[in-house]
Amino acid sequence: MLTKRIIPCLDIKNGRTVKGTNFVNLRDAGDAVELARIYAKEGADELVFLDITATVEGRKTLLELVNKVAHTINIPFTVGGGISSVADVSALLNAGADKISINSSAVRNPELISELAQEFGSQCIVVAIDTRYVDGKHTVHTHGGRKPTDLETISWAKEVEDRGAGELLLTSMDTDGTKDGFALELTAAISSNAGIPVIASGGAGNMEHFYDVFTTGKADAGLAASIFHFKEIPIPDLKLYLKERDISIRL
Amino acid sequence: MPEITIIKYNAGNVMSVMYALDRIGVSYQLTDKIEDIQSAEKIIFPGVGEASTAMKSLRDNGLDKVIPDLKQPFLGTCVGMQLLCKHSEEGDVNCLGVFDIPIVKFPKKEGFKIPQTGWNSISDFKSELLNGVRDGDYVYYNHSFYAPISAETVATTDYILPYSGMLQKDNFYACQFHSEISGDVGEQIFKNFVKL
Repeated sequence: MLTKRIIPCLDIKNGRTVKGTNFVNLRDAGDAVELARIYAKEGADELVFLDITATVEGRKTLLELVNKVAHTINIPFTVGGGISSVADVSALLNAGADKISINSSAVRNPELISELAQEFGSQCIVVAIDTRYVDGKHTVHTHGGRKPTDLETISWAKEVEDRGAGELLLTSMDTDGTKDGFALELTAAISSNAGIPVIASGGAGNMEHFYDVFTTGKADAGLAASIFHFKEIPIPDLKLYLKERDISIRL
Repeated sequence: MPEITIIKYNAGNVMSVMYALDRIGVSYQLTDKIEDIQSAEKIIFPGVGEASTAMKSLRDNGLDKVIPDLKQPFLGTCVGMQLLCKHSEEGDVNCLGVFDIPIVKFPKKEGFKIPQTGWNSISDFKSELLNGVRDGDYVYYNHSFYAPISAETVATTDYILPYSGMLQKDNFYACQFHSEISGDVGEQIFKNFVKL
């Protein structure tokens, strides 16, 4: 049976992981390669690296980091942040990333999704969607969740799939950093409407939240950062907890 | 001579296979030269992407004629496995025909997404490549098309229906999953292949 995936997310700046609350107030949570190695060993099903470095120098550091990670872990990993062209993707895949994730650049230029899917195959193209509930409407945001767009989240998710994305990474800005649980209703609405897997992100604070997102939220994978980085929830404990509650989990 | 020769052709990202071999300390070369492939000790045939495009790339290089006649241990992974079969529904293309099996698309079923993405278990082992792997262990899949169960099936996975997780015939071995990113299980399979 296909299992639900537990995915730690590592926000990267200059080769180190950082994570804040609601995407501001960054804190240093450690060496990225070392964290990746620990997570893979502890049973993480996949890793996501989101690069928040904007400088050219920082991008070079990222490629070096990706290559080190590829030589260290034996599970799939996705790299996102600042990707806006076929050349960017090609460089990351060559460095050893298994998948890439795009966000703002897909909103700016939806054709990019189709181009990347055509060039590299849908299986390695993840589209990240940051969403916030504004004036009675789930609204897609870009630039780390700071800039609202005109896009309604559920219809954007459908367009992204139609254009060839292989997976959706849905982050609710309303729940992100709150530790009050994932945005279950929205995740369920998108996941039951989607033919491709949905990774839910934002709001995980305890183990029950993962149970909820896999059942009520109908998510295929659950992603979190700080609760893993600061060892609030050890991955082996989380996976055992879910397995005992009849969630299909790889132990 | 390197222990492993990886076939280079236009079928996506072969880097993760190279890095997987780096991790277990196995030497390799990446080549599309027919003479290097024919004289190789052992061969890995990776693949991601679309079957008909990949077949075209093999035909352009003349590799479609060479591969079925190879006698050394040969391991196809993911699309590499599908290309070893007779025909693929993906792009309606005739493939290499090492395995007399068609590759077909998963049927639609409520509650199952296509492609299958993630970790699923393998069981009913009939291959030395799975020595040290336990029945029910998990491997990483990412695919929309599958090989039905046949006499050459040496590991089974269930998604929508039971299908071939691995195939084997003479010197040809194949896995539908991505052994290069399938954790310790994937590494064990590579190690077993190197030891053949």
